[in-house]
Amino acid sequence: MWKWLHPYAKTERAYQLCSTLQPWFWVGAFVCLSVGTVWGLAFAPQDYQQGDSFRIIYIHVPSAILSMGTYVAMAIAALVGMVWQWRTAYMSMIAMAPIGAVMTFIALFTGAAWGKPMWGAWWVWDARLTSELILLFLYMGVIALYGAFEDKQQAGKAAGVMALVGVVNIPIIHYSVEWWNTLHQGATISKFDNPSIAPEMLWPLLINLLGFAFFIGAVTTVRLRNEIVLREMHRPWVQVLATKQVSKQQSGDAINASVKEGS
Amino acid sequence: MQFESFTEFLNMGGYAFYVWLSFGVTFVAMAMIAIQSFIKHRNLMKQVVVEQERKARIKKARLQQQGSM
Amino acid sequence: MSLYQGVFKRDMHIAFKQKAELVQPLMFLLMVVTLFPLGVSPSPDTLQRIGPGVIWIAAILSSLMAMERLFRDDFQDGSLEQYVLSGMPLSAVSAVKVAAHWLVSFVPLLLLSPLLAMFLNLTVDMYIALVLTLLLGTPLLSLIGAIAVGLTVGLQKGGVLLALLLIPVFIPLLIFATSAVDSAALQLPYHAQLAIIAAMLLLAAALAPFAIAYSLKVSQN
Repeated sequence: MWKWLHPYAKTERAYQLCSTLQPWFWVGAFVCLSVGTVWGLAFAPQDYQQGDSFRIIYIHVPSAILSMGTYVAMAIAALVGMVWQWRTAYMSMIAMAPIGAVMTFIALFTGAAWGKPMWGAWWVWDARLTSELILLFLYMGVIALYGAFEDKQQAGKAAGVMALVGVVNIPIIHYSVEWWNTLHQGATISKFDNPSIAPEMLWPLLINLLGFAFFIGAVTTVRLRNEIVLREMHRPWVQVLATKQVSKQQSGDAINASVKEGS
Repeated sequence: MQFESFTEFLNMGGYAFYVWLSFGVTFVAMAMIAIQSFIKHRNLMKQVVVEQERKARIKKARLQQQGSM
Repeated sequence: MSLYQGVFKRDMHIAFKQKAELVQPLMFLLMVVTLFPLGVSPSPDTLQRIGPGVIWIAAILSSLMAMERLFRDDFQDGSLEQYVLSGMPLSAVSAVKVAAHWLVSFVPLLLLSPLLAMFLNLTVDMYIALVLTLLLGTPLLSLIGAIAVGLTVGLQKGGVLLALLLIPVFIPLLIFATSAVDSAALQLPYHAQLAIIAAMLLLAAALAPFAIAYSLKVSQN
């Protein structure tokens, strides 16, 4: 059943797969994000309570959902790496970490910028924001642990263990923080008091969610390729590829330079 | 269109600062990570080529040495 | 079985030989707790309100310092490699080592706790709850901490990294433990919090030894 996946455990095939997928991801991200953002900002109806400030939802919620999703994806990659001993699995895990951290940062920042007009303060110890902050710490831990090892093979395994520990903890953290929040009566306005959101508000949200997912996929493919090149620097296929790319770039630069000189 | 005019759209019902700040920071952050990844890719590829050329030079020098000896 | 007893005895023996390393985290704990009345307010009400949180935060911080010792010496003198090669299940060995470490570093903390409770003006009810949460919670600290220690043991500068890795993971424990003591202060039942901490402890006891064994193998490379 998993046989069709096995070729991608080889770095060369994984690199090729990334190269094929990448343009589609970029196009998908660009289209979905522009449609979703323009629709959300200009065409979606106002919220009756929060006015136009609720439009931050169109980036806050997708980034918050996907920051958690990326962490889970990292943990799955780590598990795959551990069970089947795939090096590419660890590489894709570490390729996802920085982009997941950026998503978490976006969720935090937009949450704060949304909280200011709603709660009157940039930072409120609201359950959602607090668990996002802890998630950011978890990402930082994984990235820091990976960076601390010289041997990147070992680093991948170590960071994988930490990602798995974190993923077991995420639900516990989430519920404990939520419970702590109700105990201390922090924020009074919940952003999601009304459980059903109007469909004309929901569509741009879903489109943006898809757009963010495409974006994460696109950046992950770029970074995974980087990881592969970094580890496989001395393989012939990498060298051939690099020579081709660099010479293309240089000829492009040369053309640019000659055009500039001519004008 | 939910807004009467473009200035009203920019004003965002009085929440202009927060809304545009959020969207601005979001897209700048996303652009930064994307650009950083691409620059790293470019540098890595260059590094591979430089390394390769260095190795070729060493090999050549060795061969010349052997030839002269 | 006697093999594990041997590991246990050896660890205890080494721990009592290096008394300074045992005492220093406790002194750190005591000093951190002392800072709060000086830095926040010496008024008994305030201290009572922040007390449980302060003691637990100080306990977590001092445990991070004590934790480093767990596998470091064994890693450096090569006995960890011997354990890996010996054919004994590494998970069982690490469980024994964690138990020994808990005994030498957290039981003294429990003995110190009446003093801390007095400093922070905790009532008797609160103190009982605090001891219960410490009894259930500190083994959890040891178990989860040992995973990260296993990962960082081969690194030169593991100290701060260990804190970065572990503090976020310890947050749920901090929340439940302090809220149990807070409930005790209000004469409310706190079985629920204790039950949750116990559940986390059982989960960790079931899974952590394998994770520790794996992380030690990663460090041994």
